[in-house]
Amino acid sequence: MEELDGEPTVTLIPGVNSSKKQMCFDWGPGEMLVCETSFNKKEKSETVPGCPVIYIIRKDVDVYSQILRKLFNESHGIFVGLQRIEEELTGKSRKAQLVRVSKNYRSVIRACMEEMHQVAIAAKDPACSRQFSSQVSILSAMELIWNLCEILFIEVAPAGPLLLHLLDWVRLHVCEVDNLLADVLGSENPRKHESFWKLPGTTQTLTELELKWQHWHEECERHLQDGTFASSPHLESLCKIMLGDEAALLEQKELLNNWYHFLVTRLLYSHPTVKPIDLHFYAQSSLDLFLGGESSPEPLDNILMAAFEFDIHQVIKECSIALSNWWFVAHLTDLLDHCKLLQSHNLYFGSNMREFLLLEYASGLFAHHSLWQLGVDYFDYCPELGRVSLELHIERIPLSTEQKALKVLRICEQRQMTEQVRSICKILAMKAVRNNRLGSALSWSIRAKDAAFATLVSDRFLRDYCERGCFSDLDLIDNLGPAMMLSDRLTFLGKYREFHRLYGEKRFVDAASLLLSLMTSQIAPRSFWMTLLTDALPLLEQKQVIFSAEQTYELMRCLEDLTSGRPVHGEPDAQRLQDDDIETTKVEMLRLALARNLARAIIKEGSLEGS
Amino acid sequence: MEEIYAKFVSQKISKTRWRPVPAGSLQTADTFATGSWDNEENRVSLWSIGDFGNLDSDGGFEGDHQLLCDIKHHGDVMDLQTLSVGQQWTAAHYHTSPGSLSCRSAPCTGVVCSNPEIVTVGEDGRINLFRADHKEAVRTIDNADSSTLHAVTFLRTPEILTVNSIGQLKIWDFRQQGNEPSQILSLTGDRVPLHCVDRHPNQQHVVATGGQDGMLSIWDVRQGTMPVSLLKAHEAEMWEVHFHPSNPDHLFTCSEDGSLWHWDASTDAPEKSSLFHEGGRSSIFLFHSISNQANVHQSVISSWLSTDPAKDRIEITSLLPNRTLSVNSLDVLGPCLVCGTDAEAIYVTRQLFS
Repeated sequence: MEELDGEPTVTLIPGVNSSKKQMCFDWGPGEMLVCETSFNKKEKSETVPGCPVIYIIRKDVDVYSQILRKLFNESHGIFVGLQRIEEELTGKSRKAQLVRVSKNYRSVIRACMEEMHQVAIAAKDPACSRQFSSQVSILSAMELIWNLCEILFIEVAPAGPLLLHLLDWVRLHVCEVDNLLADVLGSENPRKHESFWKLPGTTQTLTELELKWQHWHEECERHLQDGTFASSPHLESLCKIMLGDEAALLEQKELLNNWYHFLVTRLLYSHPTVKPIDLHFYAQSSLDLFLGGESSPEPLDNILMAAFEFDIHQVIKECSIALSNWWFVAHLTDLLDHCKLLQSHNLYFGSNMREFLLLEYASGLFAHHSLWQLGVDYFDYCPELGRVSLELHIERIPLSTEQKALKVLRICEQRQMTEQVRSICKILAMKAVRNNRLGSALSWSIRAKDAAFATLVSDRFLRDYCERGCFSDLDLIDNLGPAMMLSDRLTFLGKYREFHRLYGEKRFVDAASLLLSLMTSQIAPRSFWMTLLTDALPLLEQKQVIFSAEQTYELMRCLEDLTSGRPVHGEPDAQRLQDDDIETTKVEMLRLALARNLARAIIKEGSLEGS
Repeated sequence: MEEIYAKFVSQKISKTRWRPVPAGSLQTADTFATGSWDNEENRVSLWSIGDFGNLDSDGGFEGDHQLLCDIKHHGDVMDLQTLSVGQQWTAAHYHTSPGSLSCRSAPCTGVVCSNPEIVTVGEDGRINLFRADHKEAVRTIDNADSSTLHAVTFLRTPEILTVNSIGQLKIWDFRQQGNEPSQILSLTGDRVPLHCVDRHPNQQHVVATGGQDGMLSIWDVRQGTMPVSLLKAHEAEMWEVHFHPSNPDHLFTCSEDGSLWHWDASTDAPEKSSLFHEGGRSSIFLFHSISNQANVHQSVISSWLSTDPAKDRIEITSLLPNRTLSVNSLDVLGPCLVCGTDAEAIYVTRQLFS
């Protein structure tokens, strides 16, 4: 990795006594947790920490800016649109479409800039106003760089139109032109030139244009030498400028705000048919001449220079270092990747540069309480590590309402992330059970197809029934539908409730066979058999014979199964003895009822029909 | 095509509602309210689409919506209604765990007003009835539902209808004393949660619901327990369904899949069946899929309940120009429609029926 270019900045944590130098920290996905500690070996007494709070330190504050949020949202729409039309981008229209996308991005940046500028003017607090203004200049620089990249890398303007694009570029970014000379430099002559050039794509070839320009240049030179303008020094220097005389141009340094304005003006008058590959020579010399050894190039200058040198990787690298947020480099790199300009050399961690930048950007979005939804789409378009990153991030989104949970689940289901669906549904189902919302808990386990949890919820219902003697939430149990098949316990619950319903409707024979099948088919849990057998008692005691002999035998077998399997108790205590007593009484009653029923059933079945 | 204005507002919009215009007035809607969600500080904002712009050459109004004012809101904004109140009811919805005395607050998921009564439902399965001038709830039905109640609407004044997350519609009559619903309707089969409900403005027995699978169902609450029509609509949860208040043959739905659909069941205009429309609109024809149609009282036939498939075609139009993140909410009033999305944008159109 490269070495840092400068000293790391020191950030003071408010409230923490930094002279004591006792802090602990831990890294998070996009931030750091810091708090004050006090490890004091000498004194044993308890000291109250000077600062009893934990601080979250974030490097990226842009995500929290209200105005920049619009940038993130709008550019997300453009990004997703670009990925979607990728397959349709073929042939000649491809370049035009990509240029259109680039212009869309730039217009979004400009809109943000405008709004922030308005806010900066309207701000009452000067510190706030300064902050907004600096934000405006950062956005302006971003747009400047993007525009240049669009001209050089996406539009790939050839010699000829190249200069026109560069002229537009400079004009867009140079605001102060209030002097006649500056007017001439900025607007009048290019207009003359434009009529001279006509629009690109015409029948004039580059050589024709060059000849014409050469002719005009010679004429200017002749005028200068003849001394036509000797009477007016202004006109004379104007003529020199038009001849591309660098010294004359540099005299007007105050009007040319920066070296790239100087560069383009110089090219306009001396090398209007400059080829793209020659640009960097002129750029470097313009920069040197303009700075004149007084100041050193700023980061922005280096970035622009790298662009003129067609070193895309250097541009991206410098931008990454200079800007505090990954937004710019992520989107620009993605667009350049669509132009097939990035070599696919792999970085250290196995993914290419575009993917790395998108992952970083998207992770930053996930650290935001609200913009995480945008991050999902960015992860989708990272073929290697996107899915895995999404899986890790999406489980950690705090779910405060069901509505939010539903959205997160929908995202997971659309991408077949069954593990995450399961774990989220389980969390929500547990919360519901704790809040005694058994219906909700059941619907969450149905959504996750989680049989184990459905069993848990059913057990709760059955326990409630045993305690209270009646079912709660009948609206749910009565209407389970095919979801009943999710787990055996749930099926049992549904069928048991059906038994009660049949009993209530006095359809005793159906109720009886249902009850029996519940036990013989083994879906009833062992612990519940006693309850089921006790439910059978009233059926056995009815005047008419309900259980057939066969069924009675079955019931007796079940009872024996139950009683024989009972473990021997250890130390009996009073409660246990009482329970045992109740149990024994029940068993005896059952045995008696079963025997009586058997007798009646045998007699009934043995008799002739009709008797 | 209708002009639809989009504006990015730096907050995810969970609800939008037009401010009601006085009945019988010729004014069109010009103010709407929005609520945000998922922010550390949520806001309820009022926006105006009044004459801020200039008249363009067609005589239409230009300019997008402007913020009038906003206030902070604690928690996500789940539902909005307009009424004049002087009260605030906190802790209307809460969870209690068995055996413990503490209460945790539960999200309130829906609210509906019919001056002066206000009904709220929540994730705790509770229904509350408030009056605008009373401090305490007039009536509370605890544990009305074992699952989450997602939405509520008035059927007739003493009756409300709720939908829940196990796919049931329940009708509650406040004149009755018990805590049981007077009627339960549901679709057999998969218990798909229902998220939204709206009643036909003129025919109080016709109700439309939208579910988690994006299915639109039309119900007749007098007839049986099954829906009259099931229409496969969206690919993801349908968040809101609205009948147009003055043109009830038109229905609007919006969904998590990022689309907003206009369902036109009016059968009178033959040119509507033409396939030649201006660009940007995709029109699909769909026949009703009928299930379980009992004998409908013939004198009052709503186009939504009609049985003749050959005669009744519904034209469906998608109103948003590009696919976006989830459209969470929409509202229609007269020729105006407003909707809000998770992409932090609000869309407004003033020429719905152009």
